[in-house]
Amino acid sequence: MTDDIRMNRVRRFIETLNQACELGLSVETAGEGTLTMCLPYSDRIIGNPDTGVIHGGAITTLMDTTSGSVILCALEDFELCPTLDLRVDYMRPAEPHKPVFARAETYKVTRNIIFTRCEAYQEGGETIANCVGTFMRIGKEATPKSYRDLITGGEA
Amino acid sequence: MTDPEILSYTRETGDFSRLLESVPYARFIGLECERFGDDLIFRLPKKAENLGNPILPAIHGGVIGGFMELSAAIYLMMSQDSLRMPRIVDFSLDYLRAGLNRETYAECRLTRQGNRVANVMISAWQKSRSQPIATARAHFLLED
Repeated sequence: MTDDIRMNRVRRFIETLNQACELGLSVETAGEGTLTMCLPYSDRIIGNPDTGVIHGGAITTLMDTTSGSVILCALEDFELCPTLDLRVDYMRPAEPHKPVFARAETYKVTRNIIFTRCEAYQEGGETIANCVGTFMRIGKEATPKSYRDLITGGEA
Repeated sequence: MTDPEILSYTRETGDFSRLLESVPYARFIGLECERFGDDLIFRLPKKAENLGNPILPAIHGGVIGGFMELSAAIYLMMSQDSLRMPRIVDFSLDYLRAGLNRETYAECRLTRQGNRVANVMISAWQKSRSQPIATARAHFLLED
């Protein structure tokens, strides 16, 4: 599978996630078992009105989405894998008026479980948050074929 | 959030509308809160924009996380005489069941409060409190 195919699959996938669209999440780069996504700054997701710092929940959604979508970059066939757990460590508040990026990787793929790592950062590279997640493999047949075809675009 | 007038109004009346109105992210996901005696119950009404998985359909896991995280912060702020939004240090979230496209509730419990750090447990459910869709644990830094 090429990186273009990975990127297109992730794009089509996140287009079906209402909350990802609401937040304006976009795909930056995709590789084998790696993915970078971007959360644009918006006044609507501010958690602290005094400082304009966005709420951790928006970062959690960015990291959950990136960690869940990097699975598409690691498996040949599209499988929807529910999140088992997420652990997020917040290093520092995100600087207002700037986008936040998240870079995720699958660091272990087993028959039943996928283990992911994800880092959220801003321009300049300072880490905002780190996240590890585990996802359950329930098999591709658990997802309707029509939806799988929508994501793969009939490429596979 | 730090407006002392809004905070004392909320503490006195148990009416969270002004407080929640002042936090954009609370409006973004639609978080609501009600006080019953000393207990707080947080509510996340059904909202199409909060969905992730379109097949079930299910609420986006990140929104469930954000809902629980913000609930914990408000709970902590109300349980102490702090005027500041506590700063989250870490958040550990277990997804137990799919959060279906319906109203979701959350309650919090202060497990331990030290001088500088507080540990809060959060439980979220939909149909029945005894069948949580997610449980979480968070550490907050208390700075005043």
